[in-house]
Amino acid sequence: MSWRLSRASWPRLTFWKGIFLIVVAVGLYATWVRFSRGLGAATNLGDEFPWGLWVGFDVLCGVMLAAGGFTLTAAVYIFNAERFRPIVRPTVLTAFLGYVLVVVALLYDLGRGDRIWHPLVMWNPRSVMFEVAWCVMLYTTVLALEFAPVVFERLRLERPRRILRGISLPLVILGVILSTLHQSSLGSLYLIVPEKLHPLWYTPLLPVLFFLSAIGIGLAMTIFESSLSAKYFQRQLELPLLRELGRFLVVVLAVYGVLRMQDLHHRDALRFVLEPGYASSLFLIEVVLGLALPIVLLLSPRVRARVGGLYLSSVLVILGFITNRLNVSITGFEAATGATYVPRWTEIAVTAMIIAAGFAVFSLAVKHLPIFAAEPSPVVPAAPPVPARVHHVRA
Amino acid sequence: MSKAILYDATQCIGCKLCEQACADRWGHPYDDTLAAQEKLSAEKLTAVLSRGDRFMRRMCMHCADPTCASVCPVGAFTKTAAGPVVYDESKCIGCRYCMLACPFGVPRYEWNKTLPRVRKCDMCADRVAAGGQPACAEICPTGATLFGEYETLVSLAQQRIREAPDHYVPHVYGLHEVGGTSVLLLSGVPFEQFGYRTDLLHEPMPMLTWRVLSRVPDLVLLGSVLLGGIWWITHRREEVAAAEAQSASRSRESG
Repeated sequence: MSWRLSRASWPRLTFWKGIFLIVVAVGLYATWVRFSRGLGAATNLGDEFPWGLWVGFDVLCGVMLAAGGFTLTAAVYIFNAERFRPIVRPTVLTAFLGYVLVVVALLYDLGRGDRIWHPLVMWNPRSVMFEVAWCVMLYTTVLALEFAPVVFERLRLERPRRILRGISLPLVILGVILSTLHQSSLGSLYLIVPEKLHPLWYTPLLPVLFFLSAIGIGLAMTIFESSLSAKYFQRQLELPLLRELGRFLVVVLAVYGVLRMQDLHHRDALRFVLEPGYASSLFLIEVVLGLALPIVLLLSPRVRARVGGLYLSSVLVILGFITNRLNVSITGFEAATGATYVPRWTEIAVTAMIIAAGFAVFSLAVKHLPIFAAEPSPVVPAAPPVPARVHHVRA
Repeated sequence: MSKAILYDATQCIGCKLCEQACADRWGHPYDDTLAAQEKLSAEKLTAVLSRGDRFMRRMCMHCADPTCASVCPVGAFTKTAAGPVVYDESKCIGCRYCMLACPFGVPRYEWNKTLPRVRKCDMCADRVAAGGQPACAEICPTGATLFGEYETLVSLAQQRIREAPDHYVPHVYGLHEVGGTSVLLLSGVPFEQFGYRTDLLHEPMPMLTWRVLSRVPDLVLLGSVLLGGIWWITHRREEVAAAEAQSASRSRESG
């Protein structure tokens, strides 16, 4: 990028930099409160409500929103959907950053973050949390290795890049399997609380529903990011490809929706939907706004014809599933146990700082690394390069 | 032989000496204010609840197959052969999954410490191991809290209900709840009045997650083969293309 070009885009950057600096300053103060005075002073958690925003949003939603990484690498490397290759790098970067930030959030939330490594040497294979811990560690490593070629390319380190390319397929398979385990195990965490979680959300199918929704989110996040990149980095997928992702998304959402309703019906829990109150309102927000509406929208060819329509639908899906994760981890407990929880400002400040850091590192990476450069196809090196689907919107 | 505690609420006079003895044993502070708090906390590992002239104790139930021990990622909880469920604070990473998962809502956290620990009753495991009995059972002036062999106490509890059916709720709490606990409760009024859930499963909670977890190794192998297989099929076209290109160039050379 030329010096003059970055100079020209200064005004907008200054505004965002200002916001960023404020968020970081407040976040750092909250960090000081957290580590100097403990969880009691920094959170509204208590013996009745041991898990709050940092688990429900930073960890559960963080992992969920990183699902684009495994969805897209599976599509490109395993299902050979080469046309999506141009967005593999930004998606893997998002997933990697997502996982790193989840680990950062864990360091805040764990009472003894200094012992975060304990599950490596102290095993309890009966624990879902043990599985979660290993999945976080292994998949973060896999994502780092999947992303490393971009860094090596920038640094012109040919040898390590070739080595990683040689193991890219096993790496992708490992990543997909670890993601499957991890996404579903975050649902399995809640299998142990049948008497505490509201029946609208407690189901033996939690791991299946979490996994299916992760695929949906993976597709929605890819559409969402591509649209955002179009705006801020002047890069995006061609519309037909976004449209195709939209079609996949409808199918995943429909399968998820049907399974969800069947499950409620078989557990005789549909009656809770009609029971007016806190729980049913939250459920309806999740299912009507986050599931039914985007399905209807995406089924319409007119909506799928425009980037704006696809973008809106993906935002609805993302907000819907964020609501779902918060319902499972926070509000579903309030409705069933009578205990209440509202995050303290410090919890929100830390979360905001972590999100801001994610955006900042992403922008820096885009500026300094070949994120949007079309990666040459590794399978048939002799063949002419795959036509780059990425193009300059404003060009 | 496994040990147990039988608490018979109908014999409890609410003197709270058990609370005092428990605080002394752990070195926790204890005064009138703390005595008035009818709930567990990091410095109050047993509590006597009162509803009029009825009383009920709360403490760790020492499950036969403890949920806390199954959910802990680092295995900080252990069910000892003697009965007590003990906590190793040197392992704990502070994820608080035990607190979320415990069906009796027992584990407490040191929220205001910078290096916090989980706190819960350990049935005075050290005293039990030395052949003694828990502080609360030892001090109880009426025999409402008894310590002894599990089987003996189960029969005693059942006998009491049998002999005075009007006096008791016909339910030995802890006999079947979550597959059985080493703390057994008898009461003259419904247990729900004191916050004890009577809708708990009658099998150990850990099987809820084990049903899924036990399939992980199978899933890894199956998934690898499936994904590898899909890759092999979807990339066949390129193999064919490469082979054709090769044979074409060979025939060009020979021709």
